Amino acid sequence: MSRRHLGIFTAAVLAAASLTACGGSGDDSAASPKTLTYWASNQGASLEADKTTLQPELDKFEKQTGIKVNLEVVPWSDLLNRLLAAAASGKGPDVVNIGNTWSASLQATGALVEFDDATLQAVGGKDRIVPAALAAAGAPGKPPAAVPLYSMAYSLYYNKKAFADAGITAPPTTWEQLAEDGKKLTKGGKWGLAIEGANPSENAHHAFTFSQQYGGDWFDSAGKPTFDTPQNVSAIKRYVDFMAADKITNPSNAEYAQNQSVSDFANGKAAMLLWQSAGSNLKTQNMAADAYGVAPVPFLASPPAGGKKVNSMVAGINMAVFKHTKNKDGALSFVKFMTSDEEQTLLNKTYGSLPAVKTAGADPAFSAPEQKSIQETLVTTAAPLPQVPDESTFETLVGTAMKELFADAASGKPVTEQSVKAKLTDAQQKMR
Amino acid sequence: MATSTTAPNADRRVPRAGSPARGAARRPRGPRRSLLPYLLLAPAIVLELAIHVIPMVVGVWMSLLELTQFHIRDWSTAPFVGLENYRATLDLNSAAGKELLHSFWVTLIYSVLSVGFAWLLGIAAAVVLQKPFRGRAILRALFLTPYALPVYTAVITWSFLLQRDTGLVNHVLVDQLGLLNERPFWLIGDNSFWSLLVVSVWRNWPFAFLCLMAGLQNVPGELYEAAAIDGAGFWRRLRSVTLPMLRPVNLVLLLVLFLWTFNDFNTPYVLFGGSAPEQADLISIHIYRSSFKTWDFGSGSAMSVALLLFLLVVSAAYLLITNRRRDDHA
Repeated sequence: MSRRHLGIFTAAVLAAASLTACGGSGDDSAASPKTLTYWASNQGASLEADKTTLQPELDKFEKQTGIKVNLEVVPWSDLLNRLLAAAASGKGPDVVNIGNTWSASLQATGALVEFDDATLQAVGGKDRIVPAALAAAGAPGKPPAAVPLYSMAYSLYYNKKAFADAGITAPPTTWEQLAEDGKKLTKGGKWGLAIEGANPSENAHHAFTFSQQYGGDWFDSAGKPTFDTPQNVSAIKRYVDFMAADKITNPSNAEYAQNQSVSDFANGKAAMLLWQSAGSNLKTQNMAADAYGVAPVPFLASPPAGGKKVNSMVAGINMAVFKHTKNKDGALSFVKFMTSDEEQTLLNKTYGSLPAVKTAGADPAFSAPEQKSIQETLVTTAAPLPQVPDESTFETLVGTAMKELFADAASGKPVTEQSVKAKLTDAQQKMR
Repeated sequence: MATSTTAPNADRRVPRAGSPARGAARRPRGPRRSLLPYLLLAPAIVLELAIHVIPMVVGVWMSLLELTQFHIRDWSTAPFVGLENYRATLDLNSAAGKELLHSFWVTLIYSVLSVGFAWLLGIAAAVVLQKPFRGRAILRALFLTPYALPVYTAVITWSFLLQRDTGLVNHVLVDQLGLLNERPFWLIGDNSFWSLLVVSVWRNWPFAFLCLMAGLQNVPGELYEAAAIDGAGFWRRLRSVTLPMLRPVNLVLLLVLFLWTFNDFNTPYVLFGGSAPEQADLISIHIYRSSFKTWDFGSGSAMSVALLLFLLVVSAAYLLITNRRRDDHA
């Protein structure tokens, strides 16, 4: 090989090599003790809306403590990756919002400050926090890796007018009824149920609930995955069948990953929606609060042996502090501020979620029909997702498998027990 | 890449003139000569090391570790597993191995088609725009637009266009032209591969056009005149004058386009949002999913290294073959 060829070859090697050179990067942690960097999750209708909501509160905090908080609202599609990059690099924000289902996964990286009793005391005390919410903040038997911030649960949202027009008098309480009602509601370009079919996390949340109702589990007691059990196959098939068999869901929903299902519900294109705290989002899309009803998520009419009476996960947002922060005291005082009664009331009112501290529930806003339904579910029939280190991987793998099943259903391919099982077995084999 | 080929191109621009020019050029001698080139190269070498070589070595090291969420914060705690990651990901009997192989074939077909179409469009446009005419400058600028647009903006726009219910593509095909009764999906199922291909060709062909257009500037007009006098028609001139004269450009262009397309991450990532449908599961997305989404960076790195080796072999073979052919011609 001549020198010239060597030159071309070297350049080709380097062009090819750029593939291996991918990696995460994070912003620099706040170096000065008088500033903090805070990554908020996207709770409102848009990133901008969240900034508008949060900035006045951050200004208030700065006035109280002299600590300036630099806010970045991170979209859900990026949040987990960004958190992982921050954990890996030891650079990035001081305080972050995390989906509560990721608590154990992120805890396992060892990058988050542990909220032992003393640390919890520093942010206001363990006794103030709603116990169910605290249980979803880390693996059992370990100090929580985060503090609950907003509490939510799934509800069934239904369009009152569409129900009345179809002669349906009450919201469905079983999945069988929901399918029946859905068929009555599916006509003239309108559909019974809207589903966020291409959003892995959303899919995985439903995978959990349905699996519980069928008596299944996604992990055994040792934390090992049990994805392709018959119960889980039935559970996933039941959910995907709303599109594949009952045909009460628009095939287009197989493409939805940017909350288009909420928009479809708000615009009357779909009459039912399973969602967490959809109210504030529906309001920004100009759907009046009296245009829709809120009911508990249905159950199976005749649950199989071992089926649990669970119709939602304990959903919520937690607040975590990175160990790499150079201003831990400031970060903890910010967590304390955000979980104070005043902020809890104000922020949860805005987002339509429920406070994660017991002392902030008195505001009349939290006894609106939607919030009462969420409260009811959280107290009686919600269960936390398994708090195991592989939880986030479960969401990705099973959620993606379901996305592919929805794609099959949408393009007219049959969705059978075999095809569901094959996808789940594949997903399980990718866990190591 | 281009700089390494301009000098050899220059001496072949007169193909039959023999090769006394090569290697015979007098170079200035003296002590300065020995230092200056290294000084000038130093910044590039430092950057090359920092941006390419070191991450590459780190990538190889990662592929030998069990680098999961438990160890990502402190790599020194990650167990050394040797070639275990390679065994697991390249085991073609396992689900992961089969998927990797599937995604490899998809990527290969995708790259060949994408480069082929991009090159065809590029050469067609370059030849048509070779002679001056009214509006040529405008067309040139227009053709380069896809290349000038930021990739994210462009591909997000495509993803809107291709949505089933609200996308413009279906609106035109179904509502306005009435060519189809059903609204097809473009971003899931079998069509997703073709959608990806169209977007990729759309993005890449202006680069081919640009390179070929530049290459055509170097073709002496006398050659065409001579060919015309010999009675050569358009196709004959294309085959016997244009393409041979563009050979050095094509040699590099095709290789670079192939490597870029094979490694393309942005287009599928933005078009499909992180997890591509099976039919369009390009290897870059596949590796991304394996490392970032399942937090298994060891396996992801093992796949990357395996892919790097493959591309090295392809590049080496390509260069050997094309060089031998050229030497035969000379």
